[in-house]
Amino acid sequence: MHNFASSFIYAAQLLLSGDPELWAIVLLSLKVSLSAVGIAALIGMPLGAALAVARFPGRGAAVILVNSLMGLPPVVVGLLVYLLLSNAGPLGVLQLLYTPGAMIFAQVVLVTPIIAALTRQVIEDLDSEYSEQLRSFGVSRLKSVPTLLWDARYSLLTALLAGFGRAVAEVGAVIIVGGNINHVTRVMTTTIALETSKGNLSLALALGFILIGIAIAVNAALGMLKSTAARSAYA
Amino acid sequence: MNQMIAEADFVNATADKHAQGNPMLPLAASGLRFAINGRALVDVEALDIQPGMPTVIMGPNGAGKSLLLRLLHGLIVPSSGSITWAGKPAGKNIQHNQAMVFQRPVLLRRSVAANIDYALKVHGITRSERQPRVETWLEKADLKPLARQPARTLSGGEQQRLSLARALAVEPQILFLDEPTASLDPVSTQAIETLIRDASDRGTKIIMVTHDPGQAKRLAGEVIFIHRGEISEKTPAKTFFKSPSSEQARAFLSGGLLI
Repeated sequence: MHNFASSFIYAAQLLLSGDPELWAIVLLSLKVSLSAVGIAALIGMPLGAALAVARFPGRGAAVILVNSLMGLPPVVVGLLVYLLLSNAGPLGVLQLLYTPGAMIFAQVVLVTPIIAALTRQVIEDLDSEYSEQLRSFGVSRLKSVPTLLWDARYSLLTALLAGFGRAVAEVGAVIIVGGNINHVTRVMTTTIALETSKGNLSLALALGFILIGIAIAVNAALGMLKSTAARSAYA
Repeated sequence: MNQMIAEADFVNATADKHAQGNPMLPLAASGLRFAINGRALVDVEALDIQPGMPTVIMGPNGAGKSLLLRLLHGLIVPSSGSITWAGKPAGKNIQHNQAMVFQRPVLLRRSVAANIDYALKVHGITRSERQPRVETWLEKADLKPLARQPARTLSGGEQQRLSLARALAVEPQILFLDEPTASLDPVSTQAIETLIRDASDRGTKIIMVTHDPGQAKRLAGEVIFIHRGEISEKTPAKTFFKSPSSEQARAFLSGGLLI
């Protein structure tokens, strides 16, 4: 019990003292996950929107596939990306393994289906409202994708934040392809895993608090954005 | 009385413009059929629409008025039959010269001005030309003070005015309207009808669905009456309201429930 309480106190001290090691880890986490979400959005949003408006045989199967990829287990993604990036793998020449680049790569694979699937749903709903008017304007289904993406911008933020939440909180993929190397590829989740197994609970706890804080901040931001959007009837 | 004088002036003033013709017309449809699961919802043997005062499509609910409008505009593909515009089959160029206003306005999640700007942009109008046109149409639709406001926060009447201004901003040769004032108050309805009359005045052919006989009387040059997907009659408006030739139209106008 004594240990438990002192871990909390020490964790608070770490947070308040601005411990450089701790903040380096936090920064790397944010850098990796934000980059991954940015890249995943560039791929997943147009993909999801195209899937929402396109009509082709096998579309139903494609939608099911993307939806199921939302639940990809991070360790499996880590393993597959590891195989791709390892020296013997097809992307071995990139020499990305055990770098932040590899971690971004793995998180992109993890997050893209989430963003694509959520985008598909949002755009399909908006398209059912817009499609006749857009056809009347002479805008074809595929050409309507940028319009739909822009007009769904507030709803799509939800998809981005869901992707970010997934990326910043996962440990399985980044620990395999990043290796949890101190000062190089150590992020919040991998540090928590490592420090807990070493018995250094206070650093793990401090990072845990930050992760939870990020989750709360992200959701608060989302709530504020949604009410802004509702006020202007943009949602 | 005033209304009648206004109508007479309107007829005289617009006769010249209409005589110049509309390069898209006549519109001819033959054997036009739209069926779902073998049941014909629209079945028009022959239809011919000439330049001139607005053509108003009337009929009871579920008669196929909106479907016919959508078929003519090219939003849905007929099960069989053909539509030609001045002898040419419908295509990209033909649709480029048409616009449509829906019963429930579909406004983009942007500002009032941006809604008009968007329609002009996808119509292929350059940025420098767009701005003055947006201003003109905001003015005409009496929406200038609301230009920066999100379009979807407008009242019902303002939304429909914007939707009509947006359709007219591209200067279409054909304008389809599907019950544009169905759920509007009289003041809003009057504003919409004025915009429609102005457009018709400038030579835009109006093809409009309404089930308000008063509105048809105020606007129509001719009336097409539809019942169960088929055209019962196509008559000049004056004749239609005095002595409709079809049994169905007589029953409808006398206030009976047409089944």
